[in-house]
Amino acid sequence: MLNDVTFGQYYPAKSFVHNMDPRAKILFVIAYIVAVFLADNFFGLAAVTVFLLLGVFFSRVPFGRVLRSVKMILFLIIFTAILNLFFYSSGAELHILWQWKFITISWEAIINMVFLAMRLFLLVMGTSVLTLTTTPVALTDGIESLLTPLKWIRFPVHELALIMSIALRFIPTLMDETNRIISAQKARGADFETGGLIRRAKAMIPVLVPLLVSAFRRAEDLGDAMDARCYSGAKGRTKYKKLTFTWRDLVGLLLSAALITGIVFLNLYFGGKFAVFDWIAGNFFVG
Amino acid sequence: MEAVRFENAIFSYNDDGRDPAVNGVTLSIGKGEFVAILGRNGSGKSTLAKLINALLLPTEGKVYTCGMDTSDEKLSFEIRKRAGMVFQNPDNQTVASIVEDDVAFGPENIGLAREEIGRRIDFALGAVGMREFRHATPSRLSGGQKQRIAIAGVLAILPEIMILDESTAMLDPRGRREVMEVIKKLNREQKMTVILITHFMDEALQADRAIVMHRGEAVMDGAPEEIFARSDELEMYNLTLPRAAYICKKLQSAGMPVRNSFTAEELAEAICASLHRG
Repeated sequence: MLNDVTFGQYYPAKSFVHNMDPRAKILFVIAYIVAVFLADNFFGLAAVTVFLLLGVFFSRVPFGRVLRSVKMILFLIIFTAILNLFFYSSGAELHILWQWKFITISWEAIINMVFLAMRLFLLVMGTSVLTLTTTPVALTDGIESLLTPLKWIRFPVHELALIMSIALRFIPTLMDETNRIISAQKARGADFETGGLIRRAKAMIPVLVPLLVSAFRRAEDLGDAMDARCYSGAKGRTKYKKLTFTWRDLVGLLLSAALITGIVFLNLYFGGKFAVFDWIAGNFFVG
Repeated sequence: MEAVRFENAIFSYNDDGRDPAVNGVTLSIGKGEFVAILGRNGSGKSTLAKLINALLLPTEGKVYTCGMDTSDEKLSFEIRKRAGMVFQNPDNQTVASIVEDDVAFGPENIGLAREEIGRRIDFALGAVGMREFRHATPSRLSGGQKQRIAIAGVLAILPEIMILDESTAMLDPRGRREVMEVIKKLNREQKMTVILITHFMDEALQADRAIVMHRGEAVMDGAPEEIFARSDELEMYNLTLPRAAYICKKLQSAGMPVRNSFTAEELAEAICASLHRG
């Protein structure tokens, strides 16, 4: 099952996390995301970090590989962090550190910035452990299975899952096609490399139009092919692949429950993120 | 027994019935036959094929597939279960990102049990010689391999009729040979009715019977050898002879007494024979 990767960042390996049921992994990641947002203080984030490190460890994905996924949104993290640093304000009184005209930097702003950056960082790292250890196909199967209850309100779960898997299946095909069209247009003298942003964007039009036309043609062919293979919607249809829930998944779900409860307790016990002041004051500056 | 019967079938892509793509075809194809349908682009051969499995319904006349009237929409599902179709572009008929999931698509649609689907995947991939690619990704396979997977996807439904709509047109010679081998084997060993739509004359030679389409009509019908012997008529329909048959004809007109032959092997023997005699 290692050669079914079509795209995405799947990291093939045999590990505890890889072998988990995609549904359990998705549920775990949802719990993890909730935990990241629920955590109100640094102790909570530390607990989440411990879970992240455990997840990475048991997935056998090199830590650097997971870290690489953060690179893409590094700019976003830095940007929001800086904005938060300079423009933080709250109703309460701030411990001002430095002030110049309308820009103020306070201890609260610094703490808030670090907190926010950590949250974003943990969020991206956690979700990329999911996509690194689960193939897109397995993810689709998992989502379909998890959404099954929605069939009761006539939500087209099967259709949605089929659309997702066909989209996944056509990504490499359309990528090849795009490259072919680009080569064909280059051969006719099209220029994609020079000029400003707008010019380059305009140069893509002769690529996108044929791509769109061919995508429609393919869709029509595919529709015929599906009809010819007796496709008639979800009714009377069976499923070959069955997801199986194992002890690994039970462990995962129990852990996610533990994570959420842990975070709630840490919140109640230590209070908000600025409670650090009191904590430091209480421990180091007694008297 | 009859697999397919056309009764004065007419089909037009225009609402007002102008320029019918299939214009009054009457013919019947027996169970277990291997029929090649020939014709140049736009001759109506693909339309004819789509009438068989109710992808298109005749505007006039009737088409019966395994005894069922295709114009009865309640029967389309049953008809498609019995008449499977492989298309031209292998990329546009694969639904899933993994070979076994794609082959499972048909059996899933007809509502088979899991264990049975597993058995059918095994059988179908075995029949096309692709068993070791069960967990592979179709987009990484060669054209011939992809098309064999597409055939397996149809085979898994266990149809009685296999229609190949120019399924070899986009393949290289090697891929074409692979697919033809599979088709011939199915016809021989599974007694499957095969309807092969093609514009490669060499492929038609491997069939039991060839039908030539021209402007929506079936203009020639007979054993391939018989059809290729009428080369002047073929030329009228813009069709060329198989390469060996063409050379043979040229040799004959140049005065060499070779007997009519259609494949390279036959031609070689015929030339040898004529040289011995001379």
